[in-house]
Amino acid sequence: MNLQAEIPLDYMIVLSTIVFFVGLMGVLIRRNLITMLMGIELMLNAVNINFVAFNHYLFPNRLEGHFFALIVMAIAAAEAAIAIALIINIYRQFNTVSVDDVDELKF
Amino acid sequence: MTGPKIIFFILAAAIVVFSILSIFSRRILRAAIYLLFVLVAMAGLYYMMNFQFLAAVQLMLYAGGIVVLIIFSILLTSQIDSKLQAPSGSHLLAGGLTAIAGIALSASTILEFTFKPSTETAVGTDMRTIGLQLMDTGVHGYALPFEVISVLLLAALVGSIFIAQKKKV
Repeated sequence: MNLQAEIPLDYMIVLSTIVFFVGLMGVLIRRNLITMLMGIELMLNAVNINFVAFNHYLFPNRLEGHFFALIVMAIAAAEAAIAIALIINIYRQFNTVSVDDVDELKF
Repeated sequence: MTGPKIIFFILAAAIVVFSILSIFSRRILRAAIYLLFVLVAMAGLYYMMNFQFLAAVQLMLYAGGIVVLIIFSILLTSQIDSKLQAPSGSHLLAGGLTAIAGIALSASTILEFTFKPSTETAVGTDMRTIGLQLMDTGVHGYALPFEVISVLLLAALVGSIFIAQKKKV
């Protein structure tokens, strides 16, 4: 299937830009640690779309973007596991997961 | 409008709409399910670009792993019928302005730039090529990142068990 003729690269990049900044907005406006983690996952996925699109459209002679996206996914999995361990530990200590109430170190 | 174009626009609309719903939903479990829809639509996008292996990994790892992990942590930490507090006006204003300014800035910069595609012959994206390159130590080999990732995943496993365990007093 010749995707280049049907869908220009710009469409993919604009789509990933929108998803990235929606994820950033999710991190900024939410006060709950788990929803902030979801925003981070959205941002990582937007970056993955970019890697894959550049690989497919510009450098089909290699698979660099493909492997980079694969490695980003593995890092996202590790990051989610650590983040959820931290969130559960925070919940045990403070009985909440809202970032506004977790201010033990604040002077 | 041709077939691939229609499919792309359906997937893109699903991704954008569900990601916005996911950050604005006030029920946290629904936000997680909207995130799941976004991830599945992205797997469809990878299928469109002929990266079947990556699409399968996306479905398994994100839809099957990370979303389930997030849902578990939601069930452990929040009341299922309680609503999240609505984002305050100043946060909403700052976040919205950042997002709109960022989208405008990056999109205008990118759309001005003309990308030059490589003219070399395309390499296949079948499982055999991916497997050979992932285990190769040569020029286009990715054996070192593969091994580093395996060490990282082991470290994350041990670290998350250590962080989440109950402290003995």
